[in-house]
Amino acid sequence: MSEIILAAPPPAWKRALAKARSNPTTAAGALICLIIIVSAVFAPWLAPYDPTEQDIMNRLQAPGGEFLLGTDQFGRDILSRLMWGGRISLTVSLGAIAAAMVIGGVIGMVSGYVGGRFDLFVMQVMDVLLSFPSLILGLIVVALLGPELVNLVVAIALTAIAPFARVARAPTMALKERAFVEAGRALGFSHVRILFGHILPNILSEVMVMGTLWLATAVRVEASLSFIGLGVKPPTPTWGGMTRDGFENILDAPWLAVFPGIAILLLVLGLNMVGDGLRDATDPKLRNE
Amino acid sequence: MIHFIARRLLAAVPTLLAVLTLVFVIVRIVPGDPALVILGDQATPEAAAALRTRLGLDRSLWAQYFAFIGDALQGDFGVSMVTGRSIMAEVGAVLPHTIDLTLAAMVFGVAVGVPVGIWAALHRNGVIDVMARLISLIGLSFPVFVSGIFLLLAFALHWRIFPVIGSANLEDYGDRLHKLILPAIALGLVMAAYITRVTRSAMLQALSEDYIRTARAKGVPWRRVVWVHGLRNASIPIVTVVGLYVGILLGNSVLTEIVFNRPGLGKIIVGALNQRDYTMLQGLMVIYCFLIVVVNLVTDLLYGVLDPRVKSA
Repeated sequence: MSEIILAAPPPAWKRALAKARSNPTTAAGALICLIIIVSAVFAPWLAPYDPTEQDIMNRLQAPGGEFLLGTDQFGRDILSRLMWGGRISLTVSLGAIAAAMVIGGVIGMVSGYVGGRFDLFVMQVMDVLLSFPSLILGLIVVALLGPELVNLVVAIALTAIAPFARVARAPTMALKERAFVEAGRALGFSHVRILFGHILPNILSEVMVMGTLWLATAVRVEASLSFIGLGVKPPTPTWGGMTRDGFENILDAPWLAVFPGIAILLLVLGLNMVGDGLRDATDPKLRNE
Repeated sequence: MIHFIARRLLAAVPTLLAVLTLVFVIVRIVPGDPALVILGDQATPEAAAALRTRLGLDRSLWAQYFAFIGDALQGDFGVSMVTGRSIMAEVGAVLPHTIDLTLAAMVFGVAVGVPVGIWAALHRNGVIDVMARLISLIGLSFPVFVSGIFLLLAFALHWRIFPVIGSANLEDYGDRLHKLILPAIALGLVMAAYITRVTRSAMLQALSEDYIRTARAKGVPWRRVVWVHGLRNASIPIVTVVGLYVGILLGNSVLTEIVFNRPGLGKIIVGALNQRDYTMLQGLMVIYCFLIVVVNLVTDLLYGVLDPRVKSA
């Protein structure tokens, strides 16, 4: 009896992780992501060819044979280019979402914590940001700043700040009324300490789950911008850019557009599967099902 | 109801003003002199100064700001820096194509998403439900240009059921519809997937309410319980998602228009980006935001129709 009382329940995130792991969809999603991440990170060692080396003798080779996924109009190996292109997709989307998570999260927490007119004003600004279609906003920001990796990160982060601010704000407003915050104030803790030491840990899982789901969106937006021609400049391979090049040769060599399209689809799908599983596992309404 | 509409209309005014201000600021913080961008680095200082005067760039920022707001509120976005034609005229000429596409994609999304979502909810955790969830997850992950290219490869190049070139004659409704189907499916796929999910969870919520049990106990046929009592109460989250998604559809229509080579706002915006046509970009941003504000307004009004409690709130 006493043992049961003494044993602390496992922390919420451990329960959530255990639950997510037991879900086959989440596990499959994690596997897809893992394969793509490994092949991108280790591309310099794993890729069979140099992704930018042109080989005119072997241009537009069909898949199979010496080049597993075929070659493009310059004779570059598609598989190698896909592995290298994954690095751009992952770098840009991870960078953008990390930035949006931190900036949006802090804006939302402070806004919800301070409340009053300040909160009203901040949320009005966020609403305005939300009223731009995110792809259009990203498009214009990249076009104005110039298509470079850092600018892509900035543009995609900008489109994701408002949703993170909203997600961080709502629970902060509820938490600041709770007894432990009042107790902290009574003990003389600073607002900064309460916000980051006591409120942040309580909203972190929600923000992280949303981060995973938004990662999928970020990958899609980066690919879309590259497809329009606003991605990292050639000859650096990007999935969106490869799809665009392939699309221009769609009658002669449809695989050129199909393989990078499938790569984008798989990464977005994998991230969505993981994000979905994490959300179900952390959602209190579903936890007891 | 009129009072409700008036209040919503008034609430949209500050948002529109804020959007206009933000657009003005974004375009102004761009590095580089637009006059030099248009004329090129070799331009003489006199030519650049003359162009700046013509574009109104030699006035103070405040003067430019108020002129911009004043003109925009009257629906005048000036002329394109590159072609010299009125922005409203250029946009007006292609707007029907983009609206056609967006509306058709929305109809596809709702027509597929709502029934499949209900079907999945009624077979909770059964084979149909699991399949619907899996397929909607895949649908949700399609970037629109990828779904567009796949559909084009399958139905226009392989089976040749639909045309490859999507530019339709607006007067010929049959032609317009025929060329709309493939792009609308490509664009609406993600929305259909998303609506399936939202409908499923909203229906599950609605069907577990007490009034559903009451209706069944009274002997209301099950079909009627689902489609009338259940769906009516599940409709608020569905309408919310449809409203939110119109913004995404408008953004993604740019990609759809590129893949299917359709005229529309997307073609114009890509052209303006390539030519650094700042006045055109400024006008387009405002028009996109205006469309979204209108959609939000319609969504709000629909809430009032669907749920009488909203009106008094």
